[in-house]
Amino acid sequence: MARHNVLAAVLVGALALGGCGGAKVGDTSSGAAGDCGTFNIAINPWVGYEANAAVLAHVAEKELGCKVTKKELKEEVAWQGFGTGEVDAVVENWGHDDLRKKYIDDQKTAVNAGSTGVKGQIGWYVPPWLAKEHPDILDWNNLDKYADRFKTSESGDKGQLLDGDPSFVTNDEALVKNLNLNFKVVYGGSETALIQAFRQAEKDKKWVIGYFYSPQWLLNEIKLEKVKLPEYRPGCDADAEKVACDYPDYDLDKIVSKKFADANGPAYQLVKNFQWTNEDQNTVAKYIAEDKMKPEDAAKKWVEANGDKVKAWLPAQG
Amino acid sequence: MVAVAASRQIPRKPLLVGGIVLAWLVLWLVLRDVGTLPLDASQLTPLHRWINEVNDAVGASRNTNPVFLYFFNEIRLVIDEFVTLIQALIAQPSFGRPVPVIGWLGVVAIAGFVSLVVAGWRVALLALAGFTFLGLQGLWQESMDTLSLTLAAVAIALLFGVPLGIWAGLSDRVHRVLTPVLDFMQTMPTFVYLAPLTLFFLIGPASATIATLIYAAPPAIRITAHAIRSVPRDTVEASESLGATGKQTLVKVLLPSSRKTIVLGVNQTIMAALSMVTIAALIDAPGLGKTVVKALQTLDVGTAFNAGLAIVVLAIVLDRVTTAATERRSLPRWALFGGLGVTGVAVYLSHTYLWAAEFPSDEVEVGSSIRQGATAATEWVQDSLPVITGGVKDFVTWALINPLQALLAESPWFLVALVVVALSFLVGGVRSAVVSAVCLGLLIATGLWQDAMVTLASTLVATVIVMLVGIVVGTWMGRSTRADRVIRPILDAGQVMPAFVYLVPFLALFSASRFTAIVAAVVFAAPVATKIIADGVRSVPPASVEASTALGASTWQTIVKVQLPMARGALTLAANQGLIYVLSMVVVGGLVGAGALGYDVVAGFSQGQLYGKGLAAGAAIVVLGVMLDRLTQAAARRWTNQEVR
Amino acid sequence: MDPVISVRDLWKVFGPKASQVAASDELKALSRQELMDRTGAVAAVRGVDFEVAPGEMFVVMGLSGSGKSTLVRCLTRLVEPTSGTVVFEGENILAADAKRLRDLRRNKFSMVFQHFGLLPHRTVADNVGYGLEIRGVPRAKRAERSQEVIDLVGLSGYEKSYPDQLSGGMQQRVGLARALAGDPDVLFFDEPFSALDPLIRRDMQSEVIRLHREVGKTMVFITHDLSEALKLGDRILIMRDGQVVQVGTGDELVGAPADDYVRDFVKDVPRANVLTLKWIMRPPREDDVLDGPELAPETVVREAVRSVLGAGKPVKVVRDGELLGVVADEEILEVVAGEA
Repeated sequence: MARHNVLAAVLVGALALGGCGGAKVGDTSSGAAGDCGTFNIAINPWVGYEANAAVLAHVAEKELGCKVTKKELKEEVAWQGFGTGEVDAVVENWGHDDLRKKYIDDQKTAVNAGSTGVKGQIGWYVPPWLAKEHPDILDWNNLDKYADRFKTSESGDKGQLLDGDPSFVTNDEALVKNLNLNFKVVYGGSETALIQAFRQAEKDKKWVIGYFYSPQWLLNEIKLEKVKLPEYRPGCDADAEKVACDYPDYDLDKIVSKKFADANGPAYQLVKNFQWTNEDQNTVAKYIAEDKMKPEDAAKKWVEANGDKVKAWLPAQG
Repeated sequence: MVAVAASRQIPRKPLLVGGIVLAWLVLWLVLRDVGTLPLDASQLTPLHRWINEVNDAVGASRNTNPVFLYFFNEIRLVIDEFVTLIQALIAQPSFGRPVPVIGWLGVVAIAGFVSLVVAGWRVALLALAGFTFLGLQGLWQESMDTLSLTLAAVAIALLFGVPLGIWAGLSDRVHRVLTPVLDFMQTMPTFVYLAPLTLFFLIGPASATIATLIYAAPPAIRITAHAIRSVPRDTVEASESLGATGKQTLVKVLLPSSRKTIVLGVNQTIMAALSMVTIAALIDAPGLGKTVVKALQTLDVGTAFNAGLAIVVLAIVLDRVTTAATERRSLPRWALFGGLGVTGVAVYLSHTYLWAAEFPSDEVEVGSSIRQGATAATEWVQDSLPVITGGVKDFVTWALINPLQALLAESPWFLVALVVVALSFLVGGVRSAVVSAVCLGLLIATGLWQDAMVTLASTLVATVIVMLVGIVVGTWMGRSTRADRVIRPILDAGQVMPAFVYLVPFLALFSASRFTAIVAAVVFAAPVATKIIADGVRSVPPASVEASTALGASTWQTIVKVQLPMARGALTLAANQGLIYVLSMVVVGGLVGAGALGYDVVAGFSQGQLYGKGLAAGAAIVVLGVMLDRLTQAAARRWTNQEVR
Repeated sequence: MDPVISVRDLWKVFGPKASQVAASDELKALSRQELMDRTGAVAAVRGVDFEVAPGEMFVVMGLSGSGKSTLVRCLTRLVEPTSGTVVFEGENILAADAKRLRDLRRNKFSMVFQHFGLLPHRTVADNVGYGLEIRGVPRAKRAERSQEVIDLVGLSGYEKSYPDQLSGGMQQRVGLARALAGDPDVLFFDEPFSALDPLIRRDMQSEVIRLHREVGKTMVFITHDLSEALKLGDRILIMRDGQVVQVGTGDELVGAPADDYVRDFVKDVPRANVLTLKWIMRPPREDDVLDGPELAPETVVREAVRSVLGAGKPVKVVRDGELLGVVADEEILEVVAGEA
């Protein structure tokens, strides 16, 4: 008996729901893709990159009708993807001479697609309060004077130089040695660790000096100041053991897979033409990191406000 | 009572151990910083360069090598199809539809129904609530992607793991061969093989699934083998004496008798798979892991926590369902058919109507409150606690980590090696001494001796803390059912909540430091040790406790003189497991300032020219793990055997 | 009548050089301890010979470590013997191939185990029917036969229970029923009752005696309990250190122990319950009055007490009309008083 009751209840319920069911699946259909095809864009894990990629993806989808696939990958894996045909473009590349040699020169699976127009800087940074109270700290010659203040549980009797975003090449151990500084390199091990350290340093007026880079969304929030190291001259970093000069400026560029470039489709044209400024990137990065907008929405907002810039990127008609 | 013989024999051992340590200290003073085999962060050894070259050569031959073309590609295709199929069913728009085949209502109903059949009413309610909660968090699709990947990885892990485990259960030789392989799979950091995996299996579900299953399959294999081995001899003989063939005995006796234990293996496999969710996201695995990783880029703890919580909810539901599935139960027919009917209708609705297909997360939603709450809580913690936590960190660093690290990393390598081999001999005889000597030799071969010693120091400190927490909390849980009921879900959460979620507040509390890494390791490893100890204390026969109480012992005396000594099997197991779990967090430690091997592995994953060094560091972690595991096991055997003698 | 089981020079050696030991007369002559020291091998069963007659209840008795459990496993090759012969109904079992051995186990003999060896995931009925299932007996037939033996061992009403819902004694009844279900020629019991409470043990012993009477099977029963051996056994084999010390009926062991080991063993046995008149009778003397009652030589002393003491004169022990000896008050009293 009980069973019949339950079944009956279920059926009645089903009918009732069916009757007043609401919108059915498939009532609205999505627009068809254009002739651009699929565009596989790698997303490296930092916000500046995400800004480049979001804007490119937005334009590719809306203006060129591409089907954009974003693949979230670390650099090494993304470059590897050029060869396997799974990645078409990396849209913000920081140097990476080793990867260039391996994939562009040796394996010939990747090619350079020109500058993004964004300039990258790597160096030693201190929080703004420190630069303000002790302006002379911005010259490396004076660092030893303050070494004691930078001591932590990790650096023992030396000052701590917080290092080690594992994605970036660092010469800091050699630098400390060759500049005879009374500092010890401590490997924070992640961008998160660096950001957290600088945030706290600014808030609680703590003494922190560390490896950092620009553009980076944190610089919108806290204007970290760069410490002047002995000036970079081409070749002064040739021998990693003997480096005693600053890091070079990076012209951040775009790398695409050879196949993608050879096909020369609209998406490739777009990537090749894409160029903007540090300021532009910072704006979009701020939307994403601080205003917590979705990358797609951030890109849309910027594109709508900068129609002329976008127009210049579009492939020539005809 | 504990063996008169032992009391005559034991005092010499501590004396010897003390002597060795004293000699070490003296020699350390003399030989400090001699022969410590250091290696700078950017320096490489010939071995590291050679590994790089091999890696490059493999990558370059990818498109011509027949092994890639016909072997790896086929595997990849099968796994990709499998995962994509599950995703099409429950997670991703598929078959030309804007939504998956089964929408949220259908999935919730199926989860509830399956739980009802295998685990009973209470768990079914938990499953219904849990799955609905995922939707309320605004993470329905991400959760389903994660669930798809987890189910696929677990299914494949079991497909191979259970037969292998059975084989290892039946054959001693297979068992001996398999054990070190499993050790390797479980302790080799995932970061080391993540990049090569994408080379072999491309970026996508296949690589993510394989990465997950490499880590998740060993528990299934080990526990199955153990289950087969623990079927009572009499039962097997009874079957053989009745003329059963080997196959009949296996199918009708061994497997059914070990079903309960094998299900626990399945459970452990699911938990292990879920703990890989965030790492797999680094090679574009879809799901909750991506949300966590992405949130971490902007230090958005709220979002990361919300996604982490979803992983915890999934874990708890799957855990409770599989655990309850070990009990014998039968469902009344009307409930079975009723449930089936409701589920069928729900699946149909969710296939047909939008409101049942896509979770209406715009209308009902708790995700944003969770995000805000977690962010506020984190900010409060970061603002108000660092004064205290900084002090704790400085004290532990100064009193424990620094001295131990100085002793291990600043002594000449031969001195450390000599001491370790001597102590191994005292603990486990010639066999242990040989194992330790071989392991130390391998450590030197990796070229990362000093890094290994730094990591070893932190690992030992973390394990000590894990054991302290485990004994205190475990004893409490073992003695009080109520405490157990309250604490257990917290422990579960500690075990599966992705470390990435709590790294941000930990960094705020303790800065980037070795201590931060230790705290992260303790959060991950203490739950396991605590659970083992709690179970051990609970299984002390009540008669022994009563006898002690009847003799007028205080609660403290009962714990210290009866319950803990009688649970020593559990204590040694907890120490062993604690160590292994701590070691598996070495890499995460590398992300928050532990440096040494952990950082080497992370950097190797991120920078091509450091790949070889990262792999060597991974191998060093495995070697450390094997050495410590064999040593604790030898110590455990010695300790538990005293009772017999 | 031909024996059902006949065992000749059976050896079981555990350890690395087992076959070497079995092949060497020199090594075989060593004591267990010497052998252990010389080769590292353990000889669990050493040159055992015996025969079991059809329908007999044959008990193997020994202390733990005497090799009795290994011996019984060698008989069905659950443990592979190192050397010797085991002839079962004229067939050397040690020569049987795997298939033949399975056939024998399925149809000819079955075993009851100390710790029951039940399958926890099966009901009583399914446990009992397990052996039949293995043979491929159809379900309906299986159920019918299971029910028969379940009734036979007194488990009616528990068919649908699971083993963990039953007491130890009841679980062993399931084990017994399982062994009987296949209608084997021989039943082996490996200390089946030593894990049970004394009271339940007594019940189960009576149960086995009853079954032995009802089904008339040949049974080989392993025990470490002398009183159990005496109670059940038609004949008893005493084992020590893997060797046979003595084989005989209960009264033979008590009346004529082969050595001090056996003598020490049977010292506390209530002799009046075990010894028969043939062990205490004496030749008639000149002055005996030989017109008293007659009793058979197999009469147990306890049962003869009343007749002898009541007769007032010696009782004649007679078989087939032949006077074997006499028993008078003093012989009886010596046995009965010896117990005190």
